[in-house]
Amino acid sequence: MDLRLSRESAPYVFISPFYIMFAIFGAFPIIFSFYLSFNMWDGITEMKWVGVENYIFVVTDPWFWKAIGNSLIIFLMTTIPQHLIALTLAYMLYLGTIKFKEFFRSAFFLPYITSAVAIALVFQLLYGQHFGMINAMLKWLQAVPGIGGLFELMHLDLPIRWLGDPKWVKPAIALMVTWKFTGWNLILYYAALQNIPTTLYEAAKVDGASPIQIFFKITIPLLRSVIFFAVTMSIIGNLQIFAEPYMLTGGTGGPANSGLTAAMYLYNTGFKWAEFGTGSAMAYVLCSFIVVFSMLNKYFFRDKG
Amino acid sequence: MRKNKKPIKILTMIRKTLMYLMLGVGAVITIFPFYYMLVLSTKSREEIFSFPPPLWFGTKFFDNLHILLEKMPIFKALWNSVFVAGSQTILVLFFCSMGGYAFAKYKFKGKEALFSAMLATMMIPQLLSIIPWFIMMRHFGWINTFKPLIIPMIANPFGIFLMRQFMEGIPDSIIDAARIDGAGEFRIFWKIVLPISLPALGTLGIFTFLGSWNQFLQAMLILQEKEMYTLPVALSKLAGKAASNWGASMVGTVIGTLPVVIIFIFASKQFIAGMTAGATKE
Repeated sequence: MDLRLSRESAPYVFISPFYIMFAIFGAFPIIFSFYLSFNMWDGITEMKWVGVENYIFVVTDPWFWKAIGNSLIIFLMTTIPQHLIALTLAYMLYLGTIKFKEFFRSAFFLPYITSAVAIALVFQLLYGQHFGMINAMLKWLQAVPGIGGLFELMHLDLPIRWLGDPKWVKPAIALMVTWKFTGWNLILYYAALQNIPTTLYEAAKVDGASPIQIFFKITIPLLRSVIFFAVTMSIIGNLQIFAEPYMLTGGTGGPANSGLTAAMYLYNTGFKWAEFGTGSAMAYVLCSFIVVFSMLNKYFFRDKG
Repeated sequence: MRKNKKPIKILTMIRKTLMYLMLGVGAVITIFPFYYMLVLSTKSREEIFSFPPPLWFGTKFFDNLHILLEKMPIFKALWNSVFVAGSQTILVLFFCSMGGYAFAKYKFKGKEALFSAMLATMMIPQLLSIIPWFIMMRHFGWINTFKPLIIPMIANPFGIFLMRQFMEGIPDSIIDAARIDGAGEFRIFWKIVLPISLPALGTLGIFTFLGSWNQFLQAMLILQEKEMYTLPVALSKLAGKAASNWGASMVGTVIGTLPVVIIFIFASKQFIAGMTAGATKE
């Protein structure tokens, strides 16, 4: 076979697979989804045009708002600690006086590569009410003088029903997500820290700045664009969170649907109840939320940099 | 050791101890669930539900495996996962390095716009298309096949971007020399550019394999027969029946997790390097 490409046409041929694949599996479904969102369809009987009815149904559906609310709370509960911990630990590793750097970096990153489904099974056991490791630890901590009093002050009733009490389901999901994704952010921040010219630090040191001052006055401002990127990824990821809550609540959404996320509700609407039209409308509403939050994030982190 | 004044030395000592403490606690928290999973996979039901929770290995691993195999053909699922992730990886390496090469080493009309458009598609939330995507797969007759889990992602923006980042560093003179020798464009890519790009191919390969290995939502929608389950789907189905035997579920988790952990231990440097190359250069 002698199929020779000219130098002019070769690049187009080489990049074409992406655009072809995206047209079929990306763009077409998105457009089709938009069309579907104005129709009623169960995938079997005939499609019926209903106009904006699906959208009206979605925005007036209390369960949808509950699910959006759950997603937002989980998003805040995990994103804030994730980035704070990641930044702090990355800065410590970066400062350079630490041994076993490689080990720490790899260890922190390890959770990211594992399957959410597999890890959720382990966390279900860790969260066990009577025999779970986390409650056992809390019980041991309670015996430490001072900490027991602190627990009482916080109205912490041990043992905690992590996955059985509506109040604790969201923290339980957020904790597992934090465990899984902090390392990813850490690696990102660590790499970004290494790109900051060391002369800046040396100058600050000569001026007598402490590491903590340097962190807030030099490091954080210079990391603005990376923080923007990392938080954007957190928004896109966490507002679509599915596998973790699905697994931790056994696919049900948990007690009083306290762990029902928007993605799970969309899954139920589309695939359990075969409401393809309503599900598509829901997807569009959910994605507009993601866009709004990404823009807010841009306003906070990017434009001033 | 540094020769600072004494009070500063003590301060740095305290600071250092604190840092090790925080990093150490962090590392223990990240690693413990893996250890715990291994421990529980060797425990009987009674041992798992005891107080205080077990912390050291037991002897029931093979009993648990036996129970697991009665419920779920877990080794079939393991093979399915290897097959899906392996074939996706091979195809991704080919198509993404080809695309990356074009963006790195050719000048052509519309290049910048095409590249930005491609990157922008990474920001599209996956949920937006999941319902029609499923309908399409059904229309193609691809339900209960591995195709939907392999084919749509073979030329993805992340992979093309990663390969472009690396290939930009290949000297033009090598490529020009091959052209003067009369090599065709594809031949140059296949015989010269690909072999030089091995390190980047390794990084992308690991990424793709792990991503595919952990794929859940799509796999759950598409794979509806036990014999076709990949590991995440098999494990998610176990969860429903898990109340009867957690030890067996933990054996399943070990089978689902250990391969990627081992890959990661051997290739963590490449993995981390690839990730940061993709994320920090904008």
